[in-house]
Amino acid sequence: MASKGGTLLEIRNLAIGATAYTPGERPRDITIVEDVSFKLEKGKVLGLIGESGAGKSTIGLSSMGYGRGGVRITGGEVLLNGRDILKGGLETLRKVRGKEVCYVAQSAAAAFNPAHRLIDQVVEAAVSHNVCDRKEAERRAVELFRALSLPDPENIGRRYPHQVSGGQLQRVMTAMALCSEPDLIVFDEPTTALDVTTQIDVLAAIKEAIRRTGVAALYITHDLAVVAQVSDEIMVLRHGKMVEHGTAQQIIGAPREEYTKALVSVRAISHEEKEQKQDAVLKVENITAAYGGAKGVKVLKNVSVEVHPGQTLAVVGESGSGKSTLARVITGLLPPMEGSITFNGRTLSPALKERSKDDLREVQMIYQMADVAMNPRQTVRTIIGRPLEFYFGMKGKERDERIAELLEEIEMGTGFIDRYPAELSGGQKQRVCIARALAAKPKLIICDEVTSALDPLVADGILKLLLNLQKIEGVSYLFITHDLATVKAIADSIAIMYRGELARYGSKSKVLKPPFDDYTDLLLSSVPEMQIGWLEKAIAGRRMESAGN
Amino acid sequence: MFSRIPLSALIGLTITGLFFLVAILAPWIAPYSMTDASGSVWEPMSWTHPLGTDSIGRDLLSRMIYGARTTIFIASMATLLSFSLGSILGLTAAVIGGWFDQLLSRFVDLLMSIPTLIFALVVLSVMPSNLFTLIMIMGILDSTRVYRLSRAVAVDINVMDFVEAAKLRGEGRLWVIFCEILPNALSPLVAELGLRFIFQVLFLSALSFLGLGIQPPEADWGGMVKENKDGIVFGIPAALIPAAAIAMLAISVNLVADWILNRTTDLKGGRSGQ
Repeated sequence: MASKGGTLLEIRNLAIGATAYTPGERPRDITIVEDVSFKLEKGKVLGLIGESGAGKSTIGLSSMGYGRGGVRITGGEVLLNGRDILKGGLETLRKVRGKEVCYVAQSAAAAFNPAHRLIDQVVEAAVSHNVCDRKEAERRAVELFRALSLPDPENIGRRYPHQVSGGQLQRVMTAMALCSEPDLIVFDEPTTALDVTTQIDVLAAIKEAIRRTGVAALYITHDLAVVAQVSDEIMVLRHGKMVEHGTAQQIIGAPREEYTKALVSVRAISHEEKEQKQDAVLKVENITAAYGGAKGVKVLKNVSVEVHPGQTLAVVGESGSGKSTLARVITGLLPPMEGSITFNGRTLSPALKERSKDDLREVQMIYQMADVAMNPRQTVRTIIGRPLEFYFGMKGKERDERIAELLEEIEMGTGFIDRYPAELSGGQKQRVCIARALAAKPKLIICDEVTSALDPLVADGILKLLLNLQKIEGVSYLFITHDLATVKAIADSIAIMYRGELARYGSKSKVLKPPFDDYTDLLLSSVPEMQIGWLEKAIAGRRMESAGN
Repeated sequence: MFSRIPLSALIGLTITGLFFLVAILAPWIAPYSMTDASGSVWEPMSWTHPLGTDSIGRDLLSRMIYGARTTIFIASMATLLSFSLGSILGLTAAVIGGWFDQLLSRFVDLLMSIPTLIFALVVLSVMPSNLFTLIMIMGILDSTRVYRLSRAVAVDINVMDFVEAAKLRGEGRLWVIFCEILPNALSPLVAELGLRFIFQVLFLSALSFLGLGIQPPEADWGGMVKENKDGIVFGIPAALIPAAAIAMLAISVNLVADWILNRTTDLKGGRSGQ
């Protein structure tokens, strides 16, 4: 095991490039990472943080001498334990990888080989590098499973990847990385794909494992609140360049650069809860719904919610809680088994086909993945213009003027009118989707995880836009999300869903005020806060509770 | 834009274009009549008969030129028919789904389970042998392949969010099929179009070779191979020339199809016309 102190990993002036093959253009070289340098002491954790495309994963992988899919390390040195691993060639790299450096991937579900038992995959690196024999490796693995608080540590290794949950799989992968007792582990967004309530357990397990084994780590994530919990130092990256590098305390408490400040203060939107004066625009009463006919699994059980004019109802829950199904029921894509939907005083027919054009117009939807929510072969003009033409019969100049107006409203301008979706950035795509929904002059817009595929700063912009539009147009939102920070920022009332049922429902102030029920408490206490030491507090709080029970 | 076309596609495009040009201009560029003998049997290549003469003394070049016209015309018509039929039914089946999809798909399975050539031979030996029946049979039998492809592509596109958005807007089926799905399914379909055209040429040639396609004295390449095949034993190349023409057309159209497929495979890609 590595002794404390001394430099383990040093990266000097790292430059990474790739060749871009844009269809219809000549291949050109692009720079992914430019002039990045840092030192990592033994037993320390460095957090790499940035938006997508910032080069954080690329830097993480370069510490193993690896470039993903056509990426080339064009300059600089990667010194691991004093040797430049880039100079050694494949044979040296093979000896380093899996023994001195290990990697924990973002999606454990995709990274495990589904055809082999977990234990075989966990001990593979240790055995093939002759760190120890198979028996010893298995003993270590079981110990690690126990340390990572996996259930049934003696036998869980005999299961196949699909037989354990996502959070458990992520912990098994951490065990795999730790099994050959490496000096350095690269964690690449290990908790991003998990629900918040699972994320906190995995985070705690990772932190505990790092503390216990004294391994050093690079922790890559886009979530500053998460990285603040596990890192000693944080490096902020943007467009492949270093923005700021400092201790976790300094970055969170006293950021120096503008960009870091923006990242720290993200989700600082404050939103005053509005009073419910008028009658509800949407009333969902006692909805029960199932996929696969009456005998199918019930995804929604007796759900009733209301949305008031000009207000936002946030529907919160983990994956599988039925929140997206609720949206499908309201839009008519999935006729419910029981219950009724009243919109603006009239009852909506359960099936999409039987609804009138006006019913369809007044409920619009915005999707999570803006990429696939727009036809890639249509221009912005057609995408926004079609609802105008379809619902209001607008043509020619009148239509173009209205499109220009809408583009102004979403703060994009008419320069984008002839662009195809592929020529827009992620945030712009989502804005066009918002404009398309607005074009129909709806009373209610269903927003299905509209910000979860976006970088935090871009997501912030979208939320501000949505709030602003609500003020101007008086439209109501049914906002589906798993992110409680977003909920606090925009909701007037909140519905918390758990396994197809309403766990808690009411105005924001009421829902977020103690006393909580068990699930709400778990959910609320699992949201990472941008504060060092939050993780310990949250875990300690939970232990006390379970001891008290 | 020509600078961006790769060499192979350029060659394919030129040769294919040449073949089509010859087919269209046949009556004006053929030096002799297609049906009348203008020399003795199987004359070798000479200045009066650049490709020699055939089994009954007709000028081979003239017959090749008229043959191009017949072969390419029938193959094009059959491709057009198989494409419009196959793709429209395929897309409709994918969008409507349910019993409609089941009925069509099982019927197509049934058609495909019978070897195409045998099926065509049986039908052609019963039906009156004319251009119309030939095109119909070739088109319908081949449309099963197009149906399969377009249905498979459309099923993938049909579940995407932008199609759902269109359905939520209240768009009719026609809009969904022709404005949302078809533009995105076009690139694999266009590439398949090239391949299907070649298969039609080969199919027609095979039918003619077996004596059930184009009837003499009309010229088509497959029939010409048949007429002149006995010459091969005597070292006379007359049968090889139409065979070579079939191969050349097949290869050149394929080169173009390959290029189109490469250029537009990206479903998320930007402009299709770039």
